Amino acid sequence: MSGHVSPKSLYYSIFGALMVLTAITVFAAYVNLGAMNAPIALAIATFKATLVVLFFMHVRYSSRLTKLVVVTSLFFLAILLGEMMMDYASRGMGVVLPTLQ
Amino acid sequence: MSNAVAHAEAHGHAVPHDALQHHFETMQQQKEASTLGMWVFLLTEVLFFGGLFFAYLLYRVWYFDAFAEASRTLDISLGAFNTAVLIGSSLTMALAVRSAQTNQRSATVRWLISTIVLGCVFLGVKVIEYADKFEHHHVPGPNFVSESVWAAQEQIFFSLYFTMTGLHALHMIVGVGVMSVVTWMAAKGRFDEHYYTPVEMTGLYWHFVDLVWIYLFPLLYLVERHN
Repeated sequence: MSGHVSPKSLYYSIFGALMVLTAITVFAAYVNLGAMNAPIALAIATFKATLVVLFFMHVRYSSRLTKLVVVTSLFFLAILLGEMMMDYASRGMGVVLPTLQ
Repeated sequence: MSNAVAHAEAHGHAVPHDALQHHFETMQQQKEASTLGMWVFLLTEVLFFGGLFFAYLLYRVWYFDAFAEASRTLDISLGAFNTAVLIGSSLTMALAVRSAQTNQRSATVRWLISTIVLGCVFLGVKVIEYADKFEHHHVPGPNFVSESVWAAQEQIFFSLYFTMTGLHALHMIVGVGVMSVVTWMAAKGRFDEHYYTPVEMTGLYWHFVDLVWIYLFPLLYLVERHN
């Protein structure tokens, strides 16, 4: 009834991993990787976020319903960003400027 | 309650827990409902911050040089220090939830207080950073000063910086408030290994705040640090 109890060592390991990844992010920012700097920073951040969600937030041991809501949040985010991209990309489409008429 | 206990004993049922609301069958079901509700709330938070992150990314692509220049005015050591503090507070929060799960009352209170202290350290560093921005006229508006050719676009960066870190800090202030109440409840002995839902839900919220910062730190402080 009390749910899954993770060992303390797991929490300390996750904490250690998050600190190491933070150090890697800062280090990577000082290296010129051209266009890859931002994707690498975001990839590390996403990996860190995944560790937090799975272990600190116990999603790994949660019910399937909870897992579904977590995945749904990403799906909704994709819809939000996708629609904004469509709006952004199609701004001004089909508009004839008055000076050209 | 005494009727319920008498009823339970007479029929050989388990005695219901004090914290079990009448509209739930079991403690497990009650906890599941709270967890679901909390995650649905966090889903709306993902969308809330998601829109801001998108606005940030769009302007960053447009005015990359301005963003790189403005980002370099932020203090990377304070940002990295705060990242460590916040990840540390997530660790103490996770340990607070674990202590509640294993019915260790004083450890729960201790870890919750540690989390509150670390949260306040983060906010204190943020105050130092904000004060520095005001001092150097890096706050967008009529008093903004920059010698850069990108002065106007730099203000967009700083607008996003203050909006996103400000909303993040607001979430932390709310979190510290909620944690103070939960700490008081824990000290009063409201929780045991069968009922610690408020501690766990506060933990979910706090870890979410940590998640937002995990993205904010590289996006705001580390736009272009090489060369």
